[in-house]
Amino acid sequence: MAIDTVGALPDENGKQRLIVLEHAGKIDPEDIEAYMAVGGYATCSDVLQSMTPAEVIEQIRNSGLRGRGGAGYPVGLKWSTVAKAHGSQKYIVCNGDEGDPGAFMDRSIMEADPHRVLEGMMIAAYAVGASRGYLYVRAEYPLAIKRLKHAIKQAEKHGLLGINISGTPFSLSLQVRLGAGAFVCGEETALLASIEGRRGQPRPRPPYPAESGLWGCPTLINNVETYANIVPILREGAEWFASIGTERSKGTKVFALSGRIARTGMIEVPMGTTLREIIYDIGGGIPDGRTFKAVQTGGPSGGCIPAAHIDTPVDYESLKQVGSMMGSGGMIVMDDSSCMVDVAKYFLEFCMTESCGKCVPCRVGTAQMYGLLEKISEGRASLDDLALLEDLCDMVANTSLCGLGQAAPNPVISTLRYFRDEYMAHIVDKTCPAHVCPVSRKEAVR
Amino acid sequence: MRTNTIAPPSDDKRWRIVQATMRRHGFAPDALIEALHSAQEAFGYLDDDALRYVGKSLHLPLSRVYGVATFYNLFTLKPQGEHTCVVCMGTACYIKGGPDVLKAIEDAAGVRKGETTPDKKVSLLVARCLGACALAPAVVFDGEMDGQLAPGQAASRIKEWMGDGN
Repeated sequence: MAIDTVGALPDENGKQRLIVLEHAGKIDPEDIEAYMAVGGYATCSDVLQSMTPAEVIEQIRNSGLRGRGGAGYPVGLKWSTVAKAHGSQKYIVCNGDEGDPGAFMDRSIMEADPHRVLEGMMIAAYAVGASRGYLYVRAEYPLAIKRLKHAIKQAEKHGLLGINISGTPFSLSLQVRLGAGAFVCGEETALLASIEGRRGQPRPRPPYPAESGLWGCPTLINNVETYANIVPILREGAEWFASIGTERSKGTKVFALSGRIARTGMIEVPMGTTLREIIYDIGGGIPDGRTFKAVQTGGPSGGCIPAAHIDTPVDYESLKQVGSMMGSGGMIVMDDSSCMVDVAKYFLEFCMTESCGKCVPCRVGTAQMYGLLEKISEGRASLDDLALLEDLCDMVANTSLCGLGQAAPNPVISTLRYFRDEYMAHIVDKTCPAHVCPVSRKEAVR
Repeated sequence: MRTNTIAPPSDDKRWRIVQATMRRHGFAPDALIEALHSAQEAFGYLDDDALRYVGKSLHLPLSRVYGVATFYNLFTLKPQGEHTCVVCMGTACYIKGGPDVLKAIEDAAGVRKGETTPDKKVSLLVARCLGACALAPAVVFDGEMDGQLAPGQAASRIKEWMGDGN
């Protein structure tokens, strides 16, 4: 069959490094033999035959791998917590509920190399002692779902999943579960509720899923890209992996590059590559002779990074320092045709609509913030409204139950930090410098 | 695994698909979302009969079934139109003119996002991100992705569906 999946963007000047995407677009994702021909499942087999679970966790810990879902929690530490937790039944979960607008890395990985994700999960399950697992995937990704289900069937046929895998005492069964269009289900406790067939509403932590997850059992949850990193680490060794990237962020990161940029697509770069290298050397810069204004990372939980910080290296700490976050890997480039008040309003509308309604700060706070941003964009706001908006940012961030609410103010905070003059133009001069907001339309009518 | 299955609301063969999904999951409560997906795929939307049938089969109260069916955005309790148009409002589409495309489609169809025209011809939906950022702004017309659309082009597609080519 034809390989209809995409790999990374062409690497014209050697800025990329393909580890997660090494097979993407090169092998037939629907054929397990194709995966095995490039060494697939050999690592898992070696691990089962010759390593103890503790040795596997030690390798992952030494590699310095951190969670690729956005928060960057050390993977080895999470694995050892689940491994140490008491319980006769343990679960392993793959978070494929990629909900950030402008992020399509996980979808591409699941579509292009589904066996790679399964093999990573098998090794993880062996390391923590889990015998059952789920891949929770957005229902909006039908091709990814089809390929994962097909891959599981093939692996079962080859005796790679099931009872007593490769003649060892290790057993594992995996199932795909569909999301149903709720952004909050990317939050781990909401995701677990959804797998249990309930409304996807988060609950307070602790207890963390590592100790009490699915049906109260110890549960390991990692993101798609995290699992896709496991095989190369064990194949090439922890030292090899730790030699890539920066001091505190190891390995590579896959990003989905889009927006006002010449080349749109997936890229994989070593941690520590600068935003300038990504946008200009790999992405080909800003088209149509316009000027770069900001790059948005981290989705609705992240922030906008202005031109002044374009030499920021991408790693967990540096991105946080400039008011954004790594996030799952969406990177949306904006030029001078975008209004930053409008962008903040867009993300707030997203969080307001996707709020699950369980806690008041998020349910009511995001709606109030959205109302204020609407006032600003229509030129009806005063400086008092701006002060109130800043107060609300602080309150919602500090008192919401889960990450959705806690991070909802980030797009507002980061645009206020770097583009305060645009807010002032809307409030004081009643004008939108980029001619996007309703206030500038009124101006034109006048 | 429970074996005493509940009889479907009618002898429509499509209920068998729903039943097969629930059986595969041993009629366990966690099969609820999978069962609702399967019912919606078979019938196009979830009516009262479907909710009651799934609830009884999985031994769940109707309140729980209704709660789940209304919590998730993908489930719909109303029948959809003959044609479906999904406008992507992901960030890349948004900054590349998605709102103008949506406005043009809303004007052409005479309904707002999330609604179906009174003649049941067209349902207009908005997606968070279709992951087709290279095609921004993207619109899906009856399952076919179309990208880099001007508002006028999008509107004329809707007018064709509505039987008004002008």
